Amino acid sequence: MTDAAPLLEVEDLRVEFGKGADTASVLNGVSYRVEAGETLAVLGESGSGKSVTAQTIMGILDTPPGRITGGAVRFKGEELLGADRERRRLLRGESMAMIFQDALSALNPVYTVGAQIAEQFRFRRGMSKKDAMVRAAELLDQVKIPNAKQRVKEYPHQFSGGMRQRAMIAMSLALDPELLIADEPTTALDVTVQAQIMELLDELRRERDMGMILITHDLGVVAEVADRIAVMYAGRIVEEADAATLYAHPAHPYTRGLMASVPRLDSSRGQLDPIPGLPPSLTNIPPGCPFHPRCAHADFRGRAPQSSVSGDRCRTELPLLRVLEDPAAGPEGHRAACHFAEQFVAASPEEVLTP
Amino acid sequence: MTDTLRQEPSLAGHDEGAVVSPEAESGLWSDAWKQLRRRPLFIISGVVIIVLLVMALFPSLFTSVDPTFQVLDRSGEAPNASSWFGRDLFGRDVYARAIYGAGPSLAVGLLASLGTVVVGSLAGLTMGYFRGLTDSVLSRIGEIFAGIPFVLGGIVILTSLNKPGEIVGSTRLIVQVVLTIVLLSWPLAMRIMRAAALASSQQDYVKAARALGAGPLRIMFRHMLPNCLAPVLVYGTIQLGVFIGAEATLSYLGIGLKDPVVSWGVMISEVQARIIQMPHALFFPAAFLVVTVLAFVMMGDALRDALDPRGR
Repeated sequence: MTDAAPLLEVEDLRVEFGKGADTASVLNGVSYRVEAGETLAVLGESGSGKSVTAQTIMGILDTPPGRITGGAVRFKGEELLGADRERRRLLRGESMAMIFQDALSALNPVYTVGAQIAEQFRFRRGMSKKDAMVRAAELLDQVKIPNAKQRVKEYPHQFSGGMRQRAMIAMSLALDPELLIADEPTTALDVTVQAQIMELLDELRRERDMGMILITHDLGVVAEVADRIAVMYAGRIVEEADAATLYAHPAHPYTRGLMASVPRLDSSRGQLDPIPGLPPSLTNIPPGCPFHPRCAHADFRGRAPQSSVSGDRCRTELPLLRVLEDPAAGPEGHRAACHFAEQFVAASPEEVLTP
Repeated sequence: MTDTLRQEPSLAGHDEGAVVSPEAESGLWSDAWKQLRRRPLFIISGVVIIVLLVMALFPSLFTSVDPTFQVLDRSGEAPNASSWFGRDLFGRDVYARAIYGAGPSLAVGLLASLGTVVVGSLAGLTMGYFRGLTDSVLSRIGEIFAGIPFVLGGIVILTSLNKPGEIVGSTRLIVQVVLTIVLLSWPLAMRIMRAAALASSQQDYVKAARALGAGPLRIMFRHMLPNCLAPVLVYGTIQLGVFIGAEATLSYLGIGLKDPVVSWGVMISEVQARIIQMPHALFFPAAFLVVTVLAFVMMGDALRDALDPRGR
């Protein structure tokens, strides 16, 4: 896939909600790419635009209230945003599928789990009801639901949380999509089940050589399965690198903040450092770097080592996502949107740079 | 994946037990059925409705008297051994007429509620799915029809369809009355369906269906409709009784069903000038009407209690 177009390419995607003074800029130029067989984790707080990006890619964003104001989404080189509705509908399920956070509400309560999986075989593959149910049972078996033959006949509310998510995964994989978007697939589950679901997703991805976008705010979930990580803040990608590089040399203070706010077994520090403040209101994103009001490093003003820049730069100039010179980074490089990213890359992740 | 395999046999064993027991095979409708079976309200109204349906379909099981047979010298006879409910102005047997009247009365009620539910549901579902402009336009159209007072609307429509004094066939009359009722009542069913559909269209399962490439029709009819149907069905059941009453109202005003069709409304209408002289000719059809309306309203109530989990 090196020469050909990537499986999915999102370029400078911009989405707004609302009108006039209440316009919320939810996505402000999001770009990322996913190759076949690769897992891209999209990290970020609630409201950072992770899910909206996913819904825009899938073409299931509610418009209105949403409005796509710019950018491009290309699936294997094919531009999707301007594409025919019917073409997009046929791509969904067939080429790209999505699983949701809350599997209970994402499964229709009035049908058996099997019937819902079978629906796709019946309507998209023209199978008979009976054959489709047999295939549904096979799929449930593939996602490691025990007793699949009996369980196809059960309703979603008779499944446990983890089982429901497995059923949801089975449903989304029914037509062998090449791209799977998992929107916080483990958030509604308890920790032990989370790990199982992540393993399952990872295993299925490897078996099918699917591209996967894993949307989450859980750093622990990401560490195990992601090839690359994109960190989002206020509708922008603020840092992107391969997983190992990002964990070893986080280049954006926000990424560092996220890491400091998660308990670690290998750390002697007893206390967690939450990121102060709240994510910015998307109707009123701060000028300059959107993270500066919460950033412990924004106010360098002369205290920064060999500082030729003042802290004002954070307040006035929007840092662009740029490639950093990080010798440890993989072939995809290490990109970050911080004026001082080079200083952070050089420092170890635990090092506290607070002035 | 070894973790998973180790973890889940216990879970599986537990659930296998659940599969065997019939309680596990439950959904909204079977839950509702289980609850309904224990409700006296449902049983009583159910029995009444079944008796009424049998009466409507096979009136000859209940009486061997011809409801149109006139014995003029027994006009206005009070209830007695040979004619239990007495006789009307033309000397016809009120009991036989009340039995034969069940058919047209129920037919109007059933068809009118079916029509209202179908038209209202289709409109409501479309509005709930597409929202925006479709929703606004259909809402305004619905408001126009909901704004017309029922009796006034009925008089205007039915008198303009049939000239006064014109003899019209019974089927055509029934169709006209049903269409009038549907035309004036669909906005109510539409509002109920619209509210349910708006809520349902925001649910994740609709999003999930879209994310897996389901088209608008499949989402509307396969995914949203079964989840929105309960409140509209309850409304339809309650309205069935109300529509039987509405038919009687229109007949009483002389614009609904007419002789030779026998319905309870027609019977009440025929006796309107002689209520003092022959109250029995009013009382019995009115009693049938009241019991029927009550039975359907009670059935609707019981259904609502069973289908609405918040009431449990």
